[in-house]
Amino acid sequence: MSLRTPLGRVLGHGSAKQGVSHWWVQRLSSVALVPLTLWFVFGLLGLPSFDYLTVRSWVGASWTPVFLVLLVGTLSYHSWLGVQVVIEDYVHSHGVKLAALLGSSFVHAIVGAAGIFAVLKIAFQGA
Amino acid sequence: MRERPLSPHLQVWRFTTSMAMSIANRITGVILSVGLLVLVWWLMAAATGPASYAGATRLLSHGFVQLLLAGWLLSFCYHLCNGIRHLTWDLGLGMERHEAKRSGVFTLIATVIITLAIGYLAFFARSAA
Repeated sequence: MSLRTPLGRVLGHGSAKQGVSHWWVQRLSSVALVPLTLWFVFGLLGLPSFDYLTVRSWVGASWTPVFLVLLVGTLSYHSWLGVQVVIEDYVHSHGVKLAALLGSSFVHAIVGAAGIFAVLKIAFQGA
Repeated sequence: MRERPLSPHLQVWRFTTSMAMSIANRITGVILSVGLLVLVWWLMAAATGPASYAGATRLLSHGFVQLLLAGWLLSFCYHLCNGIRHLTWDLGLGMERHEAKRSGVFTLIATVIITLAIGYLAFFARSAA
């Protein structure tokens, strides 16, 4: 005889009604990343060189920092969602899985924050 | 608690192209997640100052790292093309077996062409960049 209520026993074990939301934001971010990543690749290819001043003046020019912030943010989000699914599928030990999910979340938060910070710093400082 | 079913059961399935392309999507995704670290590290170097950017450039122009960059380019092109293929499936298009096979072949061809085109522009058209 347990003190736990029937509701308490099932909570957290089955559907949390979040499967569709995870699926949806994974698709949403992937649709956004098609133009963002292609824009980034062709932006880099269009640069005459990759030296310090050329790169900084491109990063800070007019709309570029806006789309770079969107790119880094969406990439980090999409990567976080993807790595989460990979961990959930292949790491079966409960403790290791929890640690991996926490680690991935923290790393992705740092990566997203650092990328956005770097772009904004260059944009506000000027080349 | 009773053992609940876990995915995936890698051993019980017959090997198919579709399945190989599906797992390749995951593998390239994880590779690109690592590439994101490099991208942000490069941006941070550019934001920090000329000295750290020079250090980043030195490392990135190393032969082995250039090889890694080529690998990231290939992974990006594959994940992009196959991702678009997945999005068409999400719209309910091309789910028949022969259609999925055809789109798979198309994805592989597109990946090779785009990788070679961008790779040529990035590594050869701009010498000593």
